Amino acid sequence: MDVERTALPGIGLQHVFTTRRGRQVGVVSHRNGRRDLAVYDKDDPDSCVVTVQLTPEEANALAELLGTDRVVERLAELHRQVEGLVTEQLPIAAGSPYDGRRLGDTRARTRTGASIVAVVRDGGVVASPRPDFAFAAGDTVVVVGTGEGTAAVARILTDG
Amino acid sequence: MHSVAVTLIELGAIILGLGLLGAVAVRFSISAIPLYLVAGLAFGSGGILPLTSSDDFVSIGAEVGVILLLFTLGLEYTADELVGTLRTSAPVGLADLVLNAAPGVAAALLLGWGPVAALALGGVTYVTSSGITAKVMGDLGWLGNRETPAVLSVLVFEDLAMAAYLPILTTVLAGAGLVAGAQSLAVAALTVTVILYVALRHGTLVERFVASPSDEVLLLKVLGLTLLVAGLAQQLQVSAAVGAFLVGIALSGPLAHTAREMLTPLKDLFAAVFFVFFGLHTDPGDLPPVLAVAAVLAVVGVATKLATGWLAARRAGVAFTGRLRAGAALAPRGEFNIVIAGLAVTGGAHPDLGPLAAAYVLVLAIAGPLLARAAEPLARRLRARRSPAPALTEAEETP
Repeated sequence: MDVERTALPGIGLQHVFTTRRGRQVGVVSHRNGRRDLAVYDKDDPDSCVVTVQLTPEEANALAELLGTDRVVERLAELHRQVEGLVTEQLPIAAGSPYDGRRLGDTRARTRTGASIVAVVRDGGVVASPRPDFAFAAGDTVVVVGTGEGTAAVARILTDG
Repeated sequence: MHSVAVTLIELGAIILGLGLLGAVAVRFSISAIPLYLVAGLAFGSGGILPLTSSDDFVSIGAEVGVILLLFTLGLEYTADELVGTLRTSAPVGLADLVLNAAPGVAAALLLGWGPVAALALGGVTYVTSSGITAKVMGDLGWLGNRETPAVLSVLVFEDLAMAAYLPILTTVLAGAGLVAGAQSLAVAALTVTVILYVALRHGTLVERFVASPSDEVLLLKVLGLTLLVAGLAQQLQVSAAVGAFLVGIALSGPLAHTAREMLTPLKDLFAAVFFVFFGLHTDPGDLPPVLAVAAVLAVVGVATKLATGWLAARRAGVAFTGRLRAGAALAPRGEFNIVIAGLAVTGGAHPDLGPLAAAYVLVLAIAGPLLARAAEPLARRLRARRSPAPALTEAEETP
């Protein structure tokens, strides 16, 4: 999928892509955080038929609605596709050695072969967290790997 | 004490009146600029209720208004955007310049106002009001449209053209001899180049100097720096407006964003004062003789901007409707046309230039946004007339 990116001098950025069914959807990102969701005319790709102005909070909410379920769906799909692959949701309990430490410090993938693919925090999802992501007590870590691998990650997260 | 009381009462009445006019503008979603101008006309020399004792404040306020208008215009675009646009959109920008300045130049020459007034009137007919255009496009939900980047590049190019034009205009208006004129132009060119260089290569230096975690400190630093540079530029015969504009360009990134948020209320206040001031110093009695010329220039001005928009959008590969929208979006004139006319009138160009510019902006600041609203229905009609068959199936499909 190609996302076309255009600078809008004085306003911000415009991103537009075409869906598989031929509709064009775009987002205008204003410098002040405002987002405009734009849906283009079926017959005239130059014109927007609908433009919805979103405040930064509304844009976040929309992104979460679109993104959260996708992560879960993708995991479920992965699970179905590969026999023997397990997805586990592991809590970071208060007192965990990794409360406040970074994802990279766990060296989970090297030690167990399982990957940390997402972290759920305060109802939101951080997909594909980077090695410098800092865990906090209350996080739920989503791990994908073999049964053994994910069990090993669970031990690392509780015992170090 | 008595005079202070009268001044305060007059000022309060003016600002409150502007507030009420602004409310009307918001209610009908139009630009407030023509209303402010009319208010100035009504209370100025020859108007229905001349104000006198607040004149000093209003004239200083108007100067500050021009400086802040140009400063925020400079803030609008980063130096990178300016240079990038110069690379990509120069042909359209030049076409815009030639198409839209020519009617003003021609009109002034035909009226026998002389070359200085021709230069000024060319500027008055040339510049699109970026403020009104941006508001119209936002209101109509056009920001996502395909022609929008092309329209914005035209505005950015005009911005750059102003940086070159204003020093030339002020030099010519000063009426210095060839040598002195060339000297001050050279100073202006040098100043502009130095500031653009600093902005492009060492923008972080300026930002580091101005940046502060406290909004108050930031506001004072930015405002002080702007007024200081504007004053120095004026001293060097470069025009205060240009100095302020260049300070705006030199600030970019998140700092520019904060600075714009902090200074916008101040700009709104002083810009309103400036429009009133311009109206105050224009005798409504001078308007009728220039109305016909203003009307012709306005019609031509809409046509030339439609052509500019058409060209810009076509170059971006946009079809019929989008081209019409681009032209209509560019049609409004407003703040900077008045700024140019103001400079010209104080600089001693032909006295009828002020009323003419006022009438021109009055017409186009109101007609421009209306035209933009009419653009899409008009395009639908024209397209239907061109090819009736697809229009029919379209109508059947829509419930």
